[in-house]
Amino acid sequence: MYARILGFAAVAACLAMPVSAAISLGEAAGSYSISPAGSSIRFTIGKAGGGGFNGAFARFKGTIRIDNADVERSKVDLTIYPESVGTGQGRIDAFLRSDAVFDVANSPEIQFRSTSVTRTGDTSALVTGRLTARGKTFPEKFTAELDGLKAGTIKFHVTGKVLRSRYGMDVGTPLYSNVVDFDMTLTGKRG
Amino acid sequence: MQSAITNTTTRYGWGMIILHWLIGIIFIGQFGLGFVMVRIASQRTAFELIQLHKSLGFLLLGLIILRIAWRLGNAAPPLPPSVGPLERRAAPLAHLALYAFQIALPLSGWALVSVSTLEIPTMPFDLFVMPNLPLAESDAAEGFWAAAHWYLAYAGIALVALHIAAALRHHLLLRDSVLTRMITPSSGGE
Repeated sequence: MYARILGFAAVAACLAMPVSAAISLGEAAGSYSISPAGSSIRFTIGKAGGGGFNGAFARFKGTIRIDNADVERSKVDLTIYPESVGTGQGRIDAFLRSDAVFDVANSPEIQFRSTSVTRTGDTSALVTGRLTARGKTFPEKFTAELDGLKAGTIKFHVTGKVLRSRYGMDVGTPLYSNVVDFDMTLTGKRG
Repeated sequence: MQSAITNTTTRYGWGMIILHWLIGIIFIGQFGLGFVMVRIASQRTAFELIQLHKSLGFLLLGLIILRIAWRLGNAAPPLPPSVGPLERRAAPLAHLALYAFQIALPLSGWALVSVSTLEIPTMPFDLFVMPNLPLAESDAAEGFWAAAHWYLAYAGIALVALHIAAALRHHLLLRDSVLTRMITPSSGGE
């Protein structure tokens, strides 16, 4: 119910809805900067024999722009600083920062630039874009689900799978899966 | 005429000879690999060499179990008459110690990966997941088994060096069949 009322994507199509239950697209539209305070970027990599390997990036920045007229013209830019990777195990963090994985000395940023946004439901969208890491760029897809909208703050739950081998980070396969499962909460503040 | 695969009272058979050299080469290779993998600058290469070291360690453990079973079912031929009384007493002890190191080294390595807080899975040659030994994981346990594996490796390689020196002494100075009978079965015949 809550999500439906706040469903930014639904709004455009729901002129028939009672006025009290709807928010205008104009309310959601705008430019938001991703605030690390209410956001998190976590990832999991499956391990041979079961279980997973979990980590998170502590530092990142980005913007979400929701188009006033057409949700599908919305844009997302995200920059992750892989030096901020944390797994709870210092030796693994050092390994991830080294040239075995992120090579943060030579590639300090991982970037995602959306190229298209396709609505998949009332409050969900498929975001396609170009992911660049270690100098390699490939198209990737993420699912974004609206998680909240109030007082100039918008919150999305974003999930997606990325094949790390394409970015020169295939070390450890098949002990560790090639598939990186991302689970992000991105909170944007207007302005 | 008995098959040349098994040992007889006068010579080693091919089974023992092949296992001896295969294990010897892998054992010495593992020492070199272990030495290099913890010193190499590239973390990626180090990771891959460590996985190879683990794979070879499990291969070694399998071969050693086979070798011990083979040895128990196949008495070793007696030492040639040229071997003096002191050596005659020392040789079985040295060989027993060599067997003990062959078992202790892979087991201590297995213990090390089992207790490591890095929790890196073990997949010998990427073929299957080798379960961990039922030991509690902790930094302290990892430190203990790393040190144990390290000291055992140095002591083991010293014993191997002694073993090689003894074999060369038999071959070059005493000119007996102790080395050659471990090369082909025909060399040991009386």
